[in-house]
Amino acid sequence: MKLTLKIWRQQNAQAKGQMVTYPIDGIDGDMSFLEMMDVLNNELIQKGEDPVVFDHDCREGICGSCSMFINGEAHGPDRLVTTCQLHMRKFNDGDTITIEPWRAAGFPVIKDLMVDRSSFDRIQHAGGFISINTSGNTQDANAIPIEKEDADDAFAAATCIGCGACVASCKNSSAMLFVSAKVSQFALLPQGQVEATDRVLNMVKQMDEEGFGNCTNTGACEVECPKGISLENIARMNREYLAASLKG
Amino acid sequence: MALDSKIPQGPLSEKWTNHKNTIDLVNPANKRLIDVIVVGTGLAGGSAAATLAELGYNVKAFCFQDSPRRAHSIAAQGGINAAKNYQGDGDSIYRLFYDTVKGGDYRSREANVYRLAEVSANIIDQCVAQGVPFARDYGGLLDNRSFGGVLVSRTFYAKGQTGQQLLLGAYSAMNRQIGRGKIKMYNRHEMLDVVVVDGKARGIIARNLVTGEIERHSAHAVVLGTGGYGNVFYLSTNAMGSNVTAAWKAHKRGAYFANPCFTQIHPTCIPVSGDHQSKLTLMSESLRNDGRIWVPAKKEDAQAIREGRLKPTQLKEEDRDYYLERRYPAFGNLVPRDVASRAAKERCDAGFGVNKTGEAVYLDFASAIERYGKEQAYVKGLDANDAALVKKLGQEVVKTKYGNLFQMYEKIVDQNPYETPMMIYPAVHYTMGGIWVDYNLQTTVPGLFAIGEANFSDHGANRLGASALMQGLADGYFVLPYTIGDYLSDDIRTGPIATDSKAFEEAEKNVRDQIAALINNNGSKPVDYFHKKLGKIMWNKCGMSRNATDLTAAIDEIAALRDEFYKEVRVPGTENEFNEELAKALRVADFLELGELFAKDALTRNESCGGHFREESVEEDGPQKGEAKRDDENYTFVSAWEYAGAPKDAVLHKEELEYENIELKQRSYK
Repeated sequence: MKLTLKIWRQQNAQAKGQMVTYPIDGIDGDMSFLEMMDVLNNELIQKGEDPVVFDHDCREGICGSCSMFINGEAHGPDRLVTTCQLHMRKFNDGDTITIEPWRAAGFPVIKDLMVDRSSFDRIQHAGGFISINTSGNTQDANAIPIEKEDADDAFAAATCIGCGACVASCKNSSAMLFVSAKVSQFALLPQGQVEATDRVLNMVKQMDEEGFGNCTNTGACEVECPKGISLENIARMNREYLAASLKG
Repeated sequence: MALDSKIPQGPLSEKWTNHKNTIDLVNPANKRLIDVIVVGTGLAGGSAAATLAELGYNVKAFCFQDSPRRAHSIAAQGGINAAKNYQGDGDSIYRLFYDTVKGGDYRSREANVYRLAEVSANIIDQCVAQGVPFARDYGGLLDNRSFGGVLVSRTFYAKGQTGQQLLLGAYSAMNRQIGRGKIKMYNRHEMLDVVVVDGKARGIIARNLVTGEIERHSAHAVVLGTGGYGNVFYLSTNAMGSNVTAAWKAHKRGAYFANPCFTQIHPTCIPVSGDHQSKLTLMSESLRNDGRIWVPAKKEDAQAIREGRLKPTQLKEEDRDYYLERRYPAFGNLVPRDVASRAAKERCDAGFGVNKTGEAVYLDFASAIERYGKEQAYVKGLDANDAALVKKLGQEVVKTKYGNLFQMYEKIVDQNPYETPMMIYPAVHYTMGGIWVDYNLQTTVPGLFAIGEANFSDHGANRLGASALMQGLADGYFVLPYTIGDYLSDDIRTGPIATDSKAFEEAEKNVRDQIAALINNNGSKPVDYFHKKLGKIMWNKCGMSRNATDLTAAIDEIAALRDEFYKEVRVPGTENEFNEELAKALRVADFLELGELFAKDALTRNESCGGHFREESVEEDGPQKGEAKRDDENYTFVSAWEYAGAPKDAVLHKEELEYENIELKQRSYK
């Protein structure tokens, strides 16, 4: 395959970025999108140019590192995959592909396609945990039965990989899907009840402070989420937030 | 230095309790005066950092990823073992201990493995209390499944994402401590050296990967939870950034490196599709419960399949060779990982491979689909002779069991595994070898500890499925936080460690010199060129099957490649910015040294055990003819290597393994 890549290049957080065009040839349909980027980078290095910087690590869709906005969609045209799982067979010979970083006030660009997502970590520091020390004499794991349906829903919410596709896809750059996934996981489990009030208030407060926008229920986040995290989580968080606010 | 494993006295089942009761403690007020550095934030590092902070120590944690949540433990699929006996099937601490020692082909330390089994149940309790959503049954209690090499159901799981859920549990425990200021987190930082002051590990040199800044960090003790070194093979199921640098730098500062050649090659991975391949993807071991492994019985059929003239589904039953069922009738498709991997290689080497490259075998679900489909038809009162209906019902059952894995396979290979058999081939997955540690998880450098996959201690020559997660969390939550106190109790009056000492200066200078040399090198080849070449040498000569001739050649070839690397590598950009090529070059430089020690270790161990198969050591006759032959008389020891300049000059120290509770036996799966 012969392709034309239009890629966002930005030297550092302060520099002004721009789109740069790179022709590329010899791309095999079996390559992953990131392997195509590897080919480009090795060509650039051999020509004495700087390779394109992007986040990546596990390359099997679970670490949440990769984060490319491809032809106007987070993680590209395929559904329920991260960029590293997107394969070049989804494109055609002669295509032009536009590649940009996540764009959001809460995710400043570090370099090229790599952004700073430490805002997500800070939201988790604010309340994404259950306060339990490691002791070796916690009560037995089967002491509290949990309805299978609740356990399964908690699991489904907990599969969020923290990639930020939801924020990148939202016209308001809202982080509601990400935050609600963690709030929901704990809201559905008895272990999470004790701190439920503080958790949702603190996490939402931190989310707002990080500069993420509001949710206007367009649902783009759910469509682009590589793990299929459901909008129901946002509804659940809103209920939790309302109840917590009334309690004070 | 003589190796002292510091195994406590007394009966096996009382060693850990007695040890905990007699080691020194640090009082809570004094813990506030002590700093601990934890490098790596996977299951081992993350759980250790959180627990040490809960205890009151000041923790500095480092990871090269942009968040601790992305450490590669996140990718573990199948599950975590624990001796809970919730299924009432006769499981016990002793059985988990026994299975682990036997599975490791009798090359691990009894006392360590027993302790691992002992604390395994606590891990599940702790994780549930943290809100880890394990799979449950309709009664609301925790569910279990079974894994290879054992006769009980002791594996706890969260679909195919158990590692993710456990890591996010440890991450949440860390977050609580980061929020309280007890853990200071350094994301996007790579450790480039250990600093040893007056014989004790007192800090590290780290590089901020975003700014390129070289930083000095001091502490009273340093803990490495930096994972394994499978990426020495270039292609593996490890993450792209997984590396040996922290462990290797520790080795160069005096930590002995144990059993480097003990590598796990996992039988069921998606095969290599071409030269562009950057990493390999695992298909969980659980698939071997229902999948049957085969290749064509005739070479001409295999060739026709490779050339696309024949489809696997067109091959009649009698033209297929279910080679595992044929060779190992007792265990069939569920032989341990090392055995299954070697058998696949043997068939492919003989010319029966089924993909373009000739390096793939089939994992076929057709019989399982039919079996489940018929069962469903009976249950639902439908026509069990309607083949189309049976297939549809069977596919639904398989989907509920393995849906996410089938989806992953289809995305990568672009074939529908419900309709045509999966193609699989072995790939490097885990390294049992690692930094040598004593019972306290302390290395041969005082104050330097190693936990999780980074150490060597618990899996011997082969790791059982679902035991890596168990070991990482056991070390981090329940072992290290106790044993490190014994060491730190001498440090309550030490005060903060200064970073302006000679040792820090010298270590920082070394790092700066190495970086400058790489950046200013006038080479022409990218780092990947060397890494791929190293991977080929490792895979072809130190892979699934090893012999003295190849290993000797590998030692020379790796040394020559290392020379070429320093002459020819090209690292673009500067050191004062985010520079992935520079980070890669620093990691590959260390792989190029480790690889040589790996080959030397494999050459020295002239026996076959676990994942280490020496062609010179096979059963010559009898029913086990052609199978691996362990040599207990000459090799019942841990090889602990001391750094002495070039890796091939490393000095061997032997820790003799003593089995007081388990009788050494031949592993047979016939």
